[in-house]
Amino acid sequence: MVEFILERGNYWAIIGLMMIGLYTLFSSTNLIKRLVGLSVFQTSIILFYISLSRIDGGTAPILFGADAKGHGGDHAEDVAAAAAHGADAAHGVAADAGHGVADTAHGAASHGLEHIYSNPLPHVLMLTAIVVGVATLAVGLAIVVRIREAYGTIESDEIREMDLEVALAEYAHDHPGEADPA
Amino acid sequence: MTGYEGADLAIALINVVLLGLLFVIGVAIARMRSLFAIVMLSGVYSLISATWFVALDAVDVAFTEAAVGAGISTALLLGAMLLTSRTAKPEPRAMRIVPLFAVIAVGCMLVYATIDLPAFGDPDSPANTYVGTAYLERTPEDIGVPNIVTAVLASYRGFDTLGETGVVFAAALSVILLLGFGERSLSASLRKKTDKKG
Amino acid sequence: MKTDHHVILRVVAKPLIPIISLFALYVHFHGDYSPGGGFQAGVIIAVAVILYSLIFGITPAMRAVPPWFARSLSALGFIIFGAVGVWALMMGGNYLDYDALFNEEPGGHYGQHYGILFVELGVLFAVAGSMLSIFYAFAGRVTEIKDEDW
Repeated sequence: MVEFILERGNYWAIIGLMMIGLYTLFSSTNLIKRLVGLSVFQTSIILFYISLSRIDGGTAPILFGADAKGHGGDHAEDVAAAAAHGADAAHGVAADAGHGVADTAHGAASHGLEHIYSNPLPHVLMLTAIVVGVATLAVGLAIVVRIREAYGTIESDEIREMDLEVALAEYAHDHPGEADPA
Repeated sequence: MTGYEGADLAIALINVVLLGLLFVIGVAIARMRSLFAIVMLSGVYSLISATWFVALDAVDVAFTEAAVGAGISTALLLGAMLLTSRTAKPEPRAMRIVPLFAVIAVGCMLVYATIDLPAFGDPDSPANTYVGTAYLERTPEDIGVPNIVTAVLASYRGFDTLGETGVVFAAALSVILLLGFGERSLSASLRKKTDKKG
Repeated sequence: MKTDHHVILRVVAKPLIPIISLFALYVHFHGDYSPGGGFQAGVIIAVAVILYSLIFGITPAMRAVPPWFARSLSALGFIIFGAVGVWALMMGGNYLDYDALFNEEPGGHYGQHYGILFVELGVLFAVAGSMLSIFYAFAGRVTEIKDEDW
């Protein structure tokens, strides 16, 4: 039980952080505070992905030592190892029932690499997400600045009230005979 | 779960300390009303999560988060805050209670989903076996670059990065369309200043 | 410009800004062997200019790195990235297939090395130019709030 909690405690903590970001996003009426909540939410999701990519005893995915020299002289060996791995992969897809066996064959022990590295793919995806996140944040902030210039406030409830007043005034102007629609 | 030998104590301690700090900062962001403090705390949040990325062996992500999340984001948020307002209005009572219930419900569902997830640091989890391992094994032979993140980013997933560069470019274009190029509004502000003096 | 304010900041920042730019180039060209790459380097270059404008004012920064230069840089970076793909097409490969760049024997890595370097250079230009244009767009705006409201 304790082991179960230790293995998943990180996920629960990250979910807590996500929910704090989501709460800020939901509860705040200030648009800039909302955008900050959005970026907290986004950072927490990135934390979640990166924590999935960690491997115990592994290191950063930058080849070093004998692995880095692998592309030099002993090229044939590498090709052979890759071919063997390809066969492994085909086997793993075909025999999905024998999942555990195929997985162990795939695991860190049979890398064909000397050291253990953490999974690079989530790192690449999250790198992309961070840069796209700042781009969307910039566009959002630009829109908030324009809203401030048009309405004089960045509180969403005040903006909504102003919109409602304008709509009612326009309706009254277009239909002078009728009573107030509200 | 073969090959998994339980959580490392040092890593667990670092996790607890850093996640605790992030938690405190998150609660402070949710409760504060001074926008300046909120913006600075969001920069601190990014820096501490970058530290945690280093502890999780994701050095490239940590670098990017420290440069982009803590650097550029904070500068942009400060710039936008200067143009809008200094303090946030306190939330009405209903806006505090209702989101709390929604958020707790979502959180419970997510925690329920984690029961099926592989353990933290498990080398045999599905995410860490098939395609990620293939990149690790084939990069020395295909690309010949030691940093696998660079190899995957620029070569294997070159189209992805091309699209991402396009997104950044498009974001710059749309900000320019919304706010102007910068030099024209600057000259307008300078003219206004000299008019006031004269 | 007031001369008595932020003397320490200005004295410290002046030698730091070239070093920051140099570090960005290191991050870019050493990205194959250590953490880093075009994105990080582009952001660091943009941060160097932003630091300059925060300390010496936005007008001197715009004189040093004009806004037209920033937005042209951003477009140029995107074009460089696309052009590497077209180069590979011209050499008979697929789009962005760096192995075809120099028509080398299978197993050679010059095409991959130079392809990654050029593509990351495009990313560096695009990100640095875009971030700087975005910052200029925000900083060049007229503030309506007085400083006393702080």
